[in-house]
Amino acid sequence: MLIEVDDVTHVYDDGGRGRTVLEDLTLRADEHRIGVVGANGSGKSTFARLLNGLVLPTAGAVRVDGLDTADDGRAVRRRVGFCFTDPDAQIVMPTVREDVAFGLRRRGLTRDEVDERVDAMLEEHGLSAHADHPAHLLSGGQKQLLALASVLVTGPDLLVMDEPTTLLDLRNAARVAETVARLPLQVVLVTHHLDLLAGFDRVLVFDEGRLVHDGAPDAAVGHYRALMAALP
Amino acid sequence: MSGSTLGLYRPGTTVLHRLPAGVKLGGLLAAGVGSIWTRDPLTTSALLAVGVTGLAVARVPAGVVLRQLRPLLVLAAVLAIFHVVVSGPERAYVVVGVLLALVLLATVVTLTTRTTALVDVVVRVAGPLRHVGLDVERLGLLLALGVRSVPVVIGLAEEVRDAQRARGLAASPTAFAVPLVVRSLRHADRVGEALAARGLDD
Ligand SMILES: Nc1ncnc2c1ncn2[C@@H]1O[C@H](COP(=O)(O)OP(=O)(O)O)[C@@H](O)[C@H]1O
Ligand SMILES: [Mg+2]
Repeated sequence: MLIEVDDVTHVYDDGGRGRTVLEDLTLRADEHRIGVVGANGSGKSTFARLLNGLVLPTAGAVRVDGLDTADDGRAVRRRVGFCFTDPDAQIVMPTVREDVAFGLRRRGLTRDEVDERVDAMLEEHGLSAHADHPAHLLSGGQKQLLALASVLVTGPDLLVMDEPTTLLDLRNAARVAETVARLPLQVVLVTHHLDLLAGFDRVLVFDEGRLVHDGAPDAAVGHYRALMAALP
Repeated sequence: MSGSTLGLYRPGTTVLHRLPAGVKLGGLLAAGVGSIWTRDPLTTSALLAVGVTGLAVARVPAGVVLRQLRPLLVLAAVLAIFHVVVSGPERAYVVVGVLLALVLLATVVTLTTRTTALVDVVVRVAGPLRHVGLDVERLGLLLALGVRSVPVVIGLAEEVRDAQRARGLAASPTAFAVPLVVRSLRHADRVGEALAARGLDD
């Protein structure tokens, strides 16, 4: 799907004093794998949230698949799945199966159809054995896989992930990364785990609210490392 | 995995697992209301027997039952001593027995019923309130979220306690409560965002 960001500036209210976190951002992207890197506070999460209308631009416009996030937020969120950093905050139902099924409510599916889709999704993410377990008994990595399954079960065309591996240990991060690598859908991945970006089609580097580099992973990661090394 | 320590659902295929959630909740409610008028040891014993039979039928391991009851034992002991002294052993047996029986029955219901099934019953029962403007589905979701957040908040509390121990802080209620509240609010904020992303209002 085509992502269009037109002249976007975003200012958070921040208790009366406006804080500009993205400035004059314009880009078009329809690559299969898009990475986003940058220092803490550089505006990555704000950028990611613009893509599904969780954050609306103060100025400018964001369109996904031709839909304006400000006018068609619902339709955009149906197409764009979002995976957050903290799995505990994304799992909203008490058990694994119930959480995956949550996204399918009010879709006009029968109970059997819901069960079928949920079972397939759990199987695919290695969670079948835990289907009826309370979510809090899962490991961090399993929780993140559950959060992912719960988003994917609704069939989005684009998946935006904001640092999905940051809170995980190396082994769990690797499991989540493998799963993401196998996904057939388009992905925008914000990450500090730079090795995940190998093989990506395009990587964006943010610095203080500006897009400072946009290109192939090697060059972008090199640019980012140089930027970090140059910091005072 | 051993299942839950929080009185949550344990999967199974027993009669009690298959019994409709509404019937189980209704039975529990009836027992609760009925217990108000329970005065004699015989009825108390009958209630206790129903509770114990329920646990056996649902094949709940004894360890799980004991874990459910442990927090209650101190209260039960205090009540028992109080009533033995004030109103005699028979009254003590009735009061403590009824309390234990109700907890056992509640345990049977929560361990054999999925949270969403319980929530569905509440939503169905609250259905007529739709006409006075209550968002019944929202109520159901709120209940499920509440159940889900119990272990999360317990986890946050453990984090706060560990962080304070690590820094050698003395245990003070405010030093504990303030960071816990801050963390809980931050968590709630994130959950709200995740719900929006997952189309809660769509
Ligand atoms: N809701 C908010 N209100 C006010 N300021 C915010 C809010 N969210 C983020 N910020 C600020 O905006 C800047 C960019 O944040 P963010 O997009 O989260 O960056 P990143 O994800 O790259 O760390 C930071 O300085 C942050 O403190
Ligand atoms: Mg961020």
